[in-house]
Amino acid sequence: MIEHCGISRDAGGLRSGLEELAALAGRFHAEVRVPGTAEGPNPELEKALRVADFFGLAQLMLRDALAREESCGAHFREEHQSAEGEARRDDANFAHIAAWEHRGDGAEPLRHAEPLRFTTLQPSTRSYR
Amino acid sequence: MTSLSGASGSLSLNLRIWRQDNPGEPGAYRSFRLERVGADLSLLEALDQLNEQLIATGERPVHFEHDCREGICGSCGFLVNGQAHGPRAATSVCQLYLRQFADGATLTLEPWRSRAFPPIQDLVVERSALDRLIAAGGYCSVNTGQAPDGNAMLIGQEQAASAFATATCIGCGACVASCRNASASLFVAAKLAHLGQLPQGQPERRRRARAMQQQMTAEGFGSCSSNLECEAVCPKQISADWISWMHREAR
Repeated sequence: MIEHCGISRDAGGLRSGLEELAALAGRFHAEVRVPGTAEGPNPELEKALRVADFFGLAQLMLRDALAREESCGAHFREEHQSAEGEARRDDANFAHIAAWEHRGDGAEPLRHAEPLRFTTLQPSTRSYR
Repeated sequence: MTSLSGASGSLSLNLRIWRQDNPGEPGAYRSFRLERVGADLSLLEALDQLNEQLIATGERPVHFEHDCREGICGSCGFLVNGQAHGPRAATSVCQLYLRQFADGATLTLEPWRSRAFPPIQDLVVERSALDRLIAAGGYCSVNTGQAPDGNAMLIGQEQAASAFATATCIGCGACVASCRNASASLFVAAKLAHLGQLPQGQPERRRRARAMQQQMTAEGFGSCSSNLECEAVCPKQISADWISWMHREAR
């Protein structure tokens, strides 16, 4: 995630991150071994479930970063920068909050957008130059 | 405790550990051997190593509670050779290092034993009774609004320090586990003395003292018979004198 979905990311890196993640998650689910039984508490199972959750979270972050075709603050998409290397916003297309709907294992999640309306102040690029 | 191991050497230990899958099954001691482990490891780190070995062989690792591993959170705690938190005074079991023990020593690790602390698994017991004691204490009345001025509420330095000394209780339950009556008196006394010595704790002081002591009985904790084991094992060295103070508070 640090390599492919850090502060500075691009579409190619995000796509290969998704591929690596799918391979890693597949390997985890095929090879995971949880000692202990279902009778009584099982802290090892808790740890395994936590790791499984992290795969879902990582996938969500990678997908969302890939879908957001703009640079927004510290979410810097390398394709979307000005000649000076500053983040280039796209408020015409991305002034919204995205929420992903889980549609069952194996199915593609669905992206919903909740628009943000700014009335008094309009968002703009913060420049320190 | 016999001769100390070298500070940077290694040693081998026999661990006799209470294993119990769940509260419904009987438990038993199981023996494990740790070969040539670093003397600078803490006992919990040695258990981590043992657990790595157990996981590698497909066996269920030893369950013990831990969090900060620096003696301030109160998560850890079990008996080491019959002593709560082990042979060192004023430390919790996470602050116990293998250099305390002689090469070849046998350590018996067992969970807290008390009716109010039902077993969960291995070295872990249910300590929610302590949370319910705290809840029985209720609230402290404070005025809302801005943060009060630092000097608006006067309190002597000695009194503040004394309140702080009782506030250091981390709620580990060693006092209960070491009391032959399984009394929670030192725990409750520490909580009452913490608030009871501060100006903010005064409005509900009597009500709190009565409610917490009633809850102590309701939870199945025993009474104090002044054996002072609680004070001896307390990782924060809270004085058992506060128990006498607590009894006067409830009148």
